[in-house]
Amino acid sequence: MRSLWLEKTVRFFFFLCALSAVVISIGIGVTLLGEALRFFARVSIIDFLFGLTWAPHTLPSGEDVGFGAVPLFTGTILITLIAMAVGLPCGLMVAIYLSEYATPRMRNIFKPVLETLAGIPTLVYGFFAITTLAPFLRRVGEVFHLSLSTESALSAGIVMGIMVLPYMSSLCEDALHRLPNSLRECSIGLGATASETIIRVLLPAAFPSIMAAFLLSLSRAIGETMIVVMAAGLAANLTFNPLEAVTTVTVQIVSLLTGDQEFDNAKTLAAFGLGFVLFILTFFLNILALQGVKRHRRIYG
Amino acid sequence: MSFKIDVKNLSLFYGDKQALFKVSLGLPKLQTTALIGPSGCGKSSFLRCLNRMNDSVPNIHIDGKVLLDGKDIYAPSVDVVELRSHVGMVFQKPNPFPRSIYENVAYGPRIHKLFKNKSALDDIVETSLTRAGLWEEIKDRLQQPATRLSGGQQQRLCIARAIAVSPEVILMDEPCSALDPIATAKIEELIDELREKFTIVIVTHNLQQAARVSQKTAFFHSGHIVEAGETGELFTMPKDERTQGYITGRYG
Repeated sequence: MRSLWLEKTVRFFFFLCALSAVVISIGIGVTLLGEALRFFARVSIIDFLFGLTWAPHTLPSGEDVGFGAVPLFTGTILITLIAMAVGLPCGLMVAIYLSEYATPRMRNIFKPVLETLAGIPTLVYGFFAITTLAPFLRRVGEVFHLSLSTESALSAGIVMGIMVLPYMSSLCEDALHRLPNSLRECSIGLGATASETIIRVLLPAAFPSIMAAFLLSLSRAIGETMIVVMAAGLAANLTFNPLEAVTTVTVQIVSLLTGDQEFDNAKTLAAFGLGFVLFILTFFLNILALQGVKRHRRIYG
Repeated sequence: MSFKIDVKNLSLFYGDKQALFKVSLGLPKLQTTALIGPSGCGKSSFLRCLNRMNDSVPNIHIDGKVLLDGKDIYAPSVDVVELRSHVGMVFQKPNPFPRSIYENVAYGPRIHKLFKNKSALDDIVETSLTRAGLWEEIKDRLQQPATRLSGGQQQRLCIARAIAVSPEVILMDEPCSALDPIATAKIEELIDELREKFTIVIVTHNLQQAARVSQKTAFFHSGHIVEAGETGELFTMPKDERTQGYITGRYG
């Protein structure tokens, strides 16, 4: 009888743990929504979502202006795109090399180094971007008669790509490594080369996990703040030119909230507005990716 | 008798450990040869030498000759990819690729570019599935994931996939050990039919199976072939007492 009682208590305890995750998620959503609604009571949601200038201030008349968030979202998208353009292919190729080609000795050298890369604070990546990458990009730019500002979406994006690389490669490597060896043998046994086996059999089979790795990296990139502050700047330029300085949603949230502790003016409340939209965006991104994985399952079983 | 594959003095080392000791065996054309013997006797290692599946194993060393139609497959000029299109393989566990039934069978023809157009590929897929005795069961759901088939169907799909590249030899490594008796019976029946077109080598732990499907049997023990000969003879009048002991179930 004692063990049954214990069993029930343990089960209840685990249920509570699981429940807390749900409750906290809902709590965060509600807080965010509440503050965001207060913000949208002051600034029209249309102006916010479609306004092209971001220069938030309050006129002497008491009117809040300059809350057009489009430049922030384009900045976020631009930097994230660059980051994923670097992180996805590099991460995947590193994963393929480590899982399929590397000798055990090479693996033992490369894996710990990659994992160290994952442990570096993003601040340090920021330093790397301004002191090393940005000057280098400027010099390269000069060769082609392009003028790069010290702060640019390009350098921030590339460094961010390097930042997500260890996540991407480590998760994808795990996914490839987990595939049964029989799949490889069978493909090789049919006369396929190693690369044909990877492209036609292993990558499709590991697709759901690769998608998950991509998503995790993507949300890391979208949420990343420090690198952007240091490498891409605070200027809310509406541009898709990667050579110019841009800013992102998260950076602006930080700068809006820094120093101010009273959540009663439009500027601080705007942070919640931004946060809320970001939340919705990543939420739908996740759903989209899940759909992709489901579709894949339907086709590949 | 003409041998499709003639193995001469084959020795195999995994690092310092020797797994095969100067093994010689002829595999008769368009017949089924069964390789039997206790676990770890080297029969699977031997089988995998026949289409060089062991190549990628680290620290492996192989001596001797494996002649396919008189040509040594370990000669430096041999293209391994092409070799494997002549010598196909079916594994112990049914392992379809996580793709559709159609794509599984089309995989080999695609990588070896064996067809001119889509309808030619359709033909290859249909012929292979028919030959594997699977066509009637699945012809209406070729686009479904292969992983949804039953174990026995999956194994027949793997056979279809192997014969889709029109090999001359099919190597089978305990193809029925993961299947139930009914599925096993179907595969055995299939092996008998496939003998018309293919030379088959099968590794099996099931002695009745060896007796049922093969014309020639080789008994392996600790890396040596103790005895090889006509299946009927080997099972009824074994010359070596170790063979006698194994087939009567005294050890193994």
